Amino acid sequence: MKILVQDQDFDIAAEISELCGGRTDIGAIVTFTGLVRDFHGDNKVQKMTLEHFPGMAEKQLEAICKTASDRWPLQGGTVIHRYGPLIPGDRIVLVITLSAHREAAFEAAEFIMDWLKTEAPFWKKEQTAKGEHWVDAKTEDNKRKDRWT
Amino acid sequence: MEISYFARIREDIGHGSEIISLPENISDVNGLIKYLCEQGKNYETAFKNEAALRVAVNQTYVDFDHPVKDSDDIAFFPPMTGG
Repeated sequence: MKILVQDQDFDIAAEISELCGGRTDIGAIVTFTGLVRDFHGDNKVQKMTLEHFPGMAEKQLEAICKTASDRWPLQGGTVIHRYGPLIPGDRIVLVITLSAHREAAFEAAEFIMDWLKTEAPFWKKEQTAKGEHWVDAKTEDNKRKDRWT
Repeated sequence: MEISYFARIREDIGHGSEIISLPENISDVNGLIKYLCEQGKNYETAFKNEAALRVAVNQTYVDFDHPVKDSDDIAFFPPMTGG
């Protein structure tokens, strides 16, 4: 699978074309895109900064995708995770999975997102009218990850 | 030994990385944390809540009882919040 950690935005349609161009064996494409929301609880989010651990971030994403590829019959896929300053509405993360049938593509995409949330070294800092704060990890995210094991 | 810090831990400590000479009596991550906490209040603040601390040795997540040696690259950071 293709893994990218970058500060630039990505083009979902272009990524799909790159994966599928000329192929006729693919039956299902699932895409997930994570966006910056403009609220966190009652607070209005003005900006978000994503920090990452260069090198280890790519390594972890590769390991997660390898696990997904071993578990489901995927025909390819892409994961792109951005870092740096973002504003509400900006794209943060893209997961694309390809398979002959939808079930594998749906499940693998969800698995990759659930694992990425708690296992890939990225950290979000939000800026609201009340100031800046690091986003706390959610126990709910750990539960979502653990349901796959 | 090169030590990197990310996110809140980096801000508490005041810098993103440093090179230290590992004292010979330190053999694991717990020992390293204790040693760093003796270096200043900023380290104490960064490391005071172990439930909100993660560590990687040579880019692999490990527990606090994992052994460390002077040639290792260590990273300390809070639980991840990507995606």
